[in-house]
Amino acid sequence: MSNSMIIGQYIPGDSFVHRLDPRSKIAIIFFFVIIVFFANSVMSYGLLALFAIGSAATSRIPLSYIMKGLKPVWFLVIFTFLLHLIVTKQGEVLVSILGWEIYEEGLIQGAAISLRFFLLIMVTSLLTFTTTPIEITDAIEELLGPLKKVNFPVHELALMMSISLRFIPTLMQETEKISKAQASRGVDFRTGSFKDRVKAVIPLLVPLFVSAFKRAEELAMAMEARGYQGGEGRTKLRELHLGKTDVYLYILFILLVIGLFLTRS
Amino acid sequence: MGNTQIEFRNVSFRYQEDMPWVLKDVSFTIYNNEWVAMIGHNGSGKSTIAKLMNGLLFPQEGEILVDGQPVTASTVWDIRRKVGMVFQNPDNQFVGTTVRDDVAFGMENHGMARDLMLERITESLEAVGMNGYERHEPHRLSGGQKQRVAIASVLAVSPQYIILDEATAMLDPKGRKEIMETIREVQSARDLSLITITHDLLEVTQADRVIVMNKGEIWMEGTPRELFAKKEQLIEIGLDTPFVSKLADELKDAGLPLTREPLNHQELLEELWTFHSTR
Amino acid sequence: MDISFDKVSYTYQPNTPFEHRALDEVSFRINSGSYVAVIGHTGSGKSTLIQHLNGLLQPTSGEVKVGEYHLKANEKNKQLRKLREQVGVVFQYPEHQLFEETVAKDIAFGPQNFGVPQEEIHRRTREAVKATQIHEDLLERSPFDLSGGQMRRVAISGVLAMNPQVLVLDEPTAGLDPNGQKEIMDMFHRLHKDKQLTTILVTHSMEDALAYADHIVILNQGKVYMESAPLEIFKQQQALEDVQLDVPEVIQFVTKVRDQLGVELEYTGQSIAELAKELTRIVKGDRVYE
Repeated sequence: MSNSMIIGQYIPGDSFVHRLDPRSKIAIIFFFVIIVFFANSVMSYGLLALFAIGSAATSRIPLSYIMKGLKPVWFLVIFTFLLHLIVTKQGEVLVSILGWEIYEEGLIQGAAISLRFFLLIMVTSLLTFTTTPIEITDAIEELLGPLKKVNFPVHELALMMSISLRFIPTLMQETEKISKAQASRGVDFRTGSFKDRVKAVIPLLVPLFVSAFKRAEELAMAMEARGYQGGEGRTKLRELHLGKTDVYLYILFILLVIGLFLTRS
Repeated sequence: MGNTQIEFRNVSFRYQEDMPWVLKDVSFTIYNNEWVAMIGHNGSGKSTIAKLMNGLLFPQEGEILVDGQPVTASTVWDIRRKVGMVFQNPDNQFVGTTVRDDVAFGMENHGMARDLMLERITESLEAVGMNGYERHEPHRLSGGQKQRVAIASVLAVSPQYIILDEATAMLDPKGRKEIMETIREVQSARDLSLITITHDLLEVTQADRVIVMNKGEIWMEGTPRELFAKKEQLIEIGLDTPFVSKLADELKDAGLPLTREPLNHQELLEELWTFHSTR
Repeated sequence: MDISFDKVSYTYQPNTPFEHRALDEVSFRINSGSYVAVIGHTGSGKSTLIQHLNGLLQPTSGEVKVGEYHLKANEKNKQLRKLREQVGVVFQYPEHQLFEETVAKDIAFGPQNFGVPQEEIHRRTREAVKATQIHEDLLERSPFDLSGGQMRRVAISGVLAMNPQVLVLDEPTAGLDPNGQKEIMDMFHRLHKDKQLTTILVTHSMEDALAYADHIVILNQGKVYMESAPLEIFKQQQALEDVQLDVPEVIQFVTKVRDQLGVELEYTGQSIAELAKELTRIVKGDRVYE
């Protein structure tokens, strides 16, 4: 039961991609998202796809997992594809079905947009597959570090994220426990009208909130007792290190950007 | 010895102006290197005492001194480094996402160097028998294991005093045994005082000294042996006595003149043996 | 209601890397009206077992019978509601399930779900709070304003108000102080006798098992390890120690007296006073001390 809970999608491994500093991964993805929109030729798209597929291959994450990650966005991809197909009226008419004319440009734009979507989702899910949530939290804290100067609560935000991660399994166990207790008192969570089911959620939600507040209160006291007084003067056990692999990644990425601009039409 | 002690001087406390006093004129001292058990039924004020000791609460009247230093808003961060605390609920004090992160939390707060942290993590997890669990996540640990991690986190900042506020109350007997063994070992191996707040009478018999709280006042201060000799009065204030004390009392009633108040099976058996062999 | 488990197994998350067999061919019978203690370590399968009693879980294989209700693998039971009405479960820390605005409403929640008429609910509520010793003045208060011990009693009242014939208690005294523990255990024992309930108590306390149960089932790693009357079970100290379980303190002591003093002494359910008299007779012989 409890041993099976995996937070997020992290798949343990020791690949090149796993070993990268999470900051590098986030930064590269950030820039990748930007340059995807500069691609406008078959060659340039090809380069980006090569980069994405290459990263996926080196991460040794099974293809089936990546496909599963794409599942929720299939609908969006198809929808945008169709939208472009229908709305764009440029170029030659390719076919005409029942009075609807499909233009060449529509097909090309639809395909391009869908491909962009795919590439974006693929690289971002690679991040969550190869990086633990806590590493992502640490990286965000580091990357947002400069914002501390304008009094943005970077440390607090990161701490909040890591505590949430810590308590997700606990709250899931709690939810299960309370729903079983209420089921024993005759609540039926599965059948009945929509209204009935909404009503059935109240006996579950109220105790969950009550207990979450109690936990928060006790946790705050325990943290204070252990000397927590904000980010000021705090040292850190978990440190992030930029390594050689990160340097290789940056070089590769710069080459990609140069290649992209050379192959643009 | 010298200055290393916690001292309560005529401490009174209430949560709000219009509410009744939770503690009334309480004075006592916890000395260096001793184990003090604090008992009393729910609402007797014992948990409030724990929170006053490391500045989670401040008294309205009286004064609390830790190693001669008064506990005030300005000294509280020093005090918390000296007075560590383990709470009742194993889940609600586990801050880190893994065991080592949790042990590090207190040290990070106190700004300790990373190398020292790594050293202390190994050391304190060893002290509680949890080495090898560094990367484990809290939901994969039992209640007893989580509490041992909580003790390790406190040990890591090497405090002079450790308060266990009903730290075994939510555990099963196995977990309770683990914790008791752990703290016994820790107390004998290190130079520190232990304050255990508990309902468990077996825990009480192992302490050097007992403070019994009743209705916000100290009802009695003494050794466990002195305490369990007062069986009738204890029941009056809603507390129980261990099996051995009960049996000893009945033996006296049945006409067997025991020479002292036995604290455990062995002591009572020895007395019985004396009678038996002289028969 | 008679209860029986016939070769019941339960596997969590079958066919995954996390597959875990919590119950392994468990068989036993509980006669209507008996008080059974189920003992075992955390992870021995106790909580999985009790969840079969009111159909929260369905066996992976084997069959559970509770009175006229049958739970079988891969077979949907259409009478789950009725079963749940008759089997009241007091979970660990039951106060965590409170959610209504008032104590009265929370107690009424269970019976209401089972369609009990309003007037009957009132009657049962009064009866339940009387049994759990909650003052009627508290009925209109919010349950969240009460003390921990009172909240526990309110939650228990909510289960009692369902008028169950089988009462399942999962460590009902966890986290209470010794006084509160004794009060709750005595109350359940009274109810058990007065209402001729079938009671199943999951506990870690050997003392409670000895004091209240008339039958003990010991689980270890998902299997029935031992099963018998309390005094019979506790005679087998070694077998219990093999699975890191203790015998009650009084029996431990009696055994030590027998072994170390080399005298005849047997624990047969004596009170402490009776035991003291017996011991005095043994060690003193006929002499009189003054």
